[in-house]
Amino acid sequence: MDIYLSQVFTGLSIGSVLLLIALGLTFTFGQMGVINLAHGELIMAGAYTAYMVGGVFGESVSLLVALPVAFALAGTMGLVLERVLIRRLYGRPLDTLLVTWGVSLLLQQVARDIFGAPNVNAKAPEWLGGGVVVAGATLPYARLFIIALVALSVTGIWLYMTRLPQGRRMRAVMQNRQLAAVSGIATQAVDQRTFFIGSGLAGMAGVALTLLGPIGPSLGTAYIVDAFLVVVAGGLGQLRGAVFAAIGLGVIQSLVEFKTQASLAKVLCFVAVVALLQVRPQGLVSVRSRALT
Amino acid sequence: MTALLRSRRTHGRAVFLLIGFVGLVVLPAVMSEFRLGLLAKYLCFAIVAVGIDLAWGYGGMLTLGQGLFFGLGGYAMGMFLKLQEAGPDGLPDFMSYNGLEKVPAFWQPFRHAWFALPAVLLIPMGVAAGLGALVFRQRIRGAYFAILTQALAAAFVILLIGQQGYTAGTNGLTNMKTMFGYDLNDPTNQRNVYLAVAVCLAIVYLVARQLVHSRYGRLLIAVRDGEDRVRFLGYNPTVVKVLAFTVSAGMAGLAGALFVPVVGIMSPAALGIVPSLELLIGVAVGGRATLVGAIGGTVLVNYAKTGLSEHFASGWLYFQGALFILVVAFAPKGLAGIRDVIRRRAPAPDMPMTIEPANVLEAVG
Repeated sequence: MDIYLSQVFTGLSIGSVLLLIALGLTFTFGQMGVINLAHGELIMAGAYTAYMVGGVFGESVSLLVALPVAFALAGTMGLVLERVLIRRLYGRPLDTLLVTWGVSLLLQQVARDIFGAPNVNAKAPEWLGGGVVVAGATLPYARLFIIALVALSVTGIWLYMTRLPQGRRMRAVMQNRQLAAVSGIATQAVDQRTFFIGSGLAGMAGVALTLLGPIGPSLGTAYIVDAFLVVVAGGLGQLRGAVFAAIGLGVIQSLVEFKTQASLAKVLCFVAVVALLQVRPQGLVSVRSRALT
Repeated sequence: MTALLRSRRTHGRAVFLLIGFVGLVVLPAVMSEFRLGLLAKYLCFAIVAVGIDLAWGYGGMLTLGQGLFFGLGGYAMGMFLKLQEAGPDGLPDFMSYNGLEKVPAFWQPFRHAWFALPAVLLIPMGVAAGLGALVFRQRIRGAYFAILTQALAAAFVILLIGQQGYTAGTNGLTNMKTMFGYDLNDPTNQRNVYLAVAVCLAIVYLVARQLVHSRYGRLLIAVRDGEDRVRFLGYNPTVVKVLAFTVSAGMAGLAGALFVPVVGIMSPAALGIVPSLELLIGVAVGGRATLVGAIGGTVLVNYAKTGLSEHFASGWLYFQGALFILVVAFAPKGLAGIRDVIRRRAPAPDMPMTIEPANVLEAVG
């Protein structure tokens, strides 16, 4: 029993990281129809930020410093990307996908030239060593920290979307861009804000990932595909859908990995998503609409 | 008008025959063995590119997972060659390293050429038809489809690497030296392999050309530009799309199978997300929705890749990234766009529209 508990817990922490990554993707996809394949490199930027900050501030406080720094850095990178490239490509989602993949290749090579191709380790602080024992299963503090961090971020996003005027505008643009525009909402400003926040969350996910293992130039590619599956399964631009899908995929993956083999887990996750799309082609949560697509 | 059309047609036929002559007679005579081998490899990629062009350029289905079909064809061929080499009761070398005592059941049929050679086409096509039917029936399209194909390619690679005993893991199937008893390292045989690849490319090109110019091709383009309108006209877009996707998967499978005797190995490194996307760039550079562009672009990009990686180690990756950004963002018609500019005529009518009519409907309604 305790072994299952710890597997579910591991799945929960993986799902949380996926959620943090997928939030940015689902909002940019849902609001602007943009598939940002360079999102993975924002994760990588966040992870290297944690590595650098760790070198400057020492490991005990580095994590807490790295989180806001990574958020700001990755957010700014996303903003620049949006202003320089993606803005030119609105209405051409598949082209955006390919262009951002080019960006992702460039950024990976830049990281390889700066930090070297081999993986590096960002040391986790002392106070995250060890874990708490619940019902015979050890729950490591590092993973608990990640889950708490993600829970906090998701609550923050939820409050932003439901309580603040900026969030209301964001939802308006997501539901109907033209109608929002004619109602006097500056849609471009909303797009930029969404991009900044989504990219910043990816940066924070990168910091969180340093707690789980070594980091390298291709860190992002490992997670981006799973994060996209979360977006597809959860439904476009849906916070609730993304939460369910991310946790579901994380737990399925870690349980299947435990029962069979890691290599089968990915395939089964894919099968699960395709099966889900047979029942709910729009994803778990979708806005009812009379539109054809 | 008809005279003009006829003259353009004979013109095209003459160019095709000329390229065929150069490719099949002149190049094998003048190129070194090494360079000819490289060209054979590029032509394999060009076969995949024709399939991608069919699905993406003409059908609007951006498939990021062609590596999967390439790999299915390649592994089918590789398994056949490995078993041929191992003899009637023998065990492929990597299996004995991995502690397997007998050939697994799903390998057994690949002993026979009558099974393995058709399987090269039929397995990828079957997988594509199944996936396509499931996905397109639910009207899942655009970026969703792209993401699903990419995820499938990624899962396939992870599966290949994980199941080491059955697939030889990261190393892949290596050391394939003979085919039907012929030594693959022999220069004459390598030349024949090149000729086989070139002939296959010509056939694939002709098949794709026939498809594109047929009534079906018109329908495919119509589905790309306005799927819902086609549906309202009484056609079933699902069938149209599944067919194009299946044919493109078959082409990728064929290319994968030809790749094996050309290079002598088949490994997951050639199949993942990155190689699948690399296959797209040739199509983008040459110009999507032009078959000649897809072939030319792919060969060109691969020459650039070899040239640049020979001279600067990290140069190619910067170049490739920049190429993707510049071509797709600023020259979405690729080299074919330059041709249009030179000929000073209106843009080809079959370029993808920037906004799908469906989105307009959504915006209005």
